[in-house]
Amino acid sequence: MTRSPSSPGFWRSPLRGPRLTSVLGVVLLGGITVLFVTGLVSYAAYNPNLSPVNDKTPDKGILGFYLFSWPTDPHWLYRLNQGVHVTLGVTLIPVLLAKLWSVIPRLFALPPARSLAHALERISLLLLVGGALFEFVTGVLNIQLDYIFPGSFYTLHFYGAWVFFAAFIVHVVLKTPMALRNLRHLREEKDDLVSPRPDPPTVSRRGALWFVGGGSLLLFATTVGQSFDGLLRRTALLAPHGGADPGSGPNGFQINKTARYAGIDAAETTEDAWHLVVTGRTGTVRLSRAQLARLPLHSAALPIACVEGWSTSDQWWLGVRLRDLAALVGYDDDPPDVLVESLQRRGAFRRAALRANQVADPRSLLALYVNGEDLSPDHGFPARIIVPAAPGVLNTKWVARMTFGDL
Amino acid sequence: MPRLMRRPPIPVGSPFQLLLLAASFALAGYAGVRLLADDWFAVAVWFVGAALLHDLVLLPLYAVADRSVVRGLGAAGRREWAMYVRVPAALSGLLLLVWFPLISGMVERRYRLGTGLSPEGFLARWLLITAVLFGASALLLALRLRRATKQRPPAVH
Repeated sequence: MTRSPSSPGFWRSPLRGPRLTSVLGVVLLGGITVLFVTGLVSYAAYNPNLSPVNDKTPDKGILGFYLFSWPTDPHWLYRLNQGVHVTLGVTLIPVLLAKLWSVIPRLFALPPARSLAHALERISLLLLVGGALFEFVTGVLNIQLDYIFPGSFYTLHFYGAWVFFAAFIVHVVLKTPMALRNLRHLREEKDDLVSPRPDPPTVSRRGALWFVGGGSLLLFATTVGQSFDGLLRRTALLAPHGGADPGSGPNGFQINKTARYAGIDAAETTEDAWHLVVTGRTGTVRLSRAQLARLPLHSAALPIACVEGWSTSDQWWLGVRLRDLAALVGYDDDPPDVLVESLQRRGAFRRAALRANQVADPRSLLALYVNGEDLSPDHGFPARIIVPAAPGVLNTKWVARMTFGDL
Repeated sequence: MPRLMRRPPIPVGSPFQLLLLAASFALAGYAGVRLLADDWFAVAVWFVGAALLHDLVLLPLYAVADRSVVRGLGAAGRREWAMYVRVPAALSGLLLLVWFPLISGMVERRYRLGTGLSPEGFLARWLLITAVLFGASALLLALRLRRATKQRPPAVH
């Protein structure tokens, strides 16, 4: 019966055993916990409770229990959070694959269930394995702009994470004590993972762990550079925003969506055609770009940090403070929330809301210039929002209209 | 009645485990109805399909490939060389698996429009990394063989 995967003798690798599985499991316990927490933090960074335009998951119910007003300090907060989330996720892929490999005999083990509790645990394992792979696959596809998954990334990745997490908690509670015991014992106990008739080894168990770690290291080394500029970015050989910058000069840094992608017509952004419409307590003000440029201008050094995990170093932005624009329409000392609308035709975030604390921050700008030059079309000419610590898509480009007031 | 008694009842198992699982399923259900709200069939196919595809296709495929390498080398009396093939092949395959949309060029248009970057070069870079991995492995093997030849006492020859 060794031809059937249900028979223990079918599985020949001398590497499988509780120790290997326990080491990989403990690494995933730490890593996935960080992924889950940074994922929830990133979700909060969109301020989904502020306005329906920020909220891609309006039926989240209690799953948004922890939401808080996203801060503007430190200004690299989102950059760090999302860099960790994506880079760590990519790095953990070999560990996840190795962990699944190490326990594959149990998928076929007979009898399928020894008790009611065991049967339910196996159903829970489908949610665990399916959920883990679903989360990794949707994440890996999304950072490569390969939107073939069935629905909005935000919805799938967020609710999928909770389904996964429900099964993950059970698995952690049931298995961690055993895993730690396995790691503490010097000699391995026999269990169902150990092959009863192992092939002679081609590598030691230590060597196998180095192998998995090497895979993680390779993925890390070819990905992490996309969170930095210059030579470091060039080391990210296969990551979507690794390699060279899209241009040179002051506007040469990384772009999230080009003007062409967003459907911006150059005729709409000329000095004659474009006006910023600001609405507030005292009515509506229309400002041309030249008029905006005559308002008091302030500068801020802030990064662009994308949900996809890549980011730029701090760029030097120059523009009008959001709170000064609020003051123009009647909010002198009490800047409220703002709804920002873009010229762009497409994109889930062509309208985005910022909270009062973000508007009030003196570094929050409607930027006209970057690194000493006019914004380029791809970076949002004639004017764009830049807010410290906000996710990239909330830094609306090609701004057309701003409506101040409590949302 | 005695006839019914013959079959032992299915054991229930640990009550703690049952309670924990019930709580977990309740939370998974709460999130799950939201996950499946739009296109329930396609999402379920992706969710369950991911597990099936991994367990029943990807894993058997690479296991069979690995086994044939080990067998092939074993037939040549070089079983101990397996890691020199396995490591570069697995690392290269891993990179291909993770960055397949970019390497295969299937997102070329959206990538160029979205990022302003050239979508070309991913395939070339992956091939170069693969060449370096196999090359380095061959070099290591050659060095090891040379050292082994040098250290071998003359009597063995």
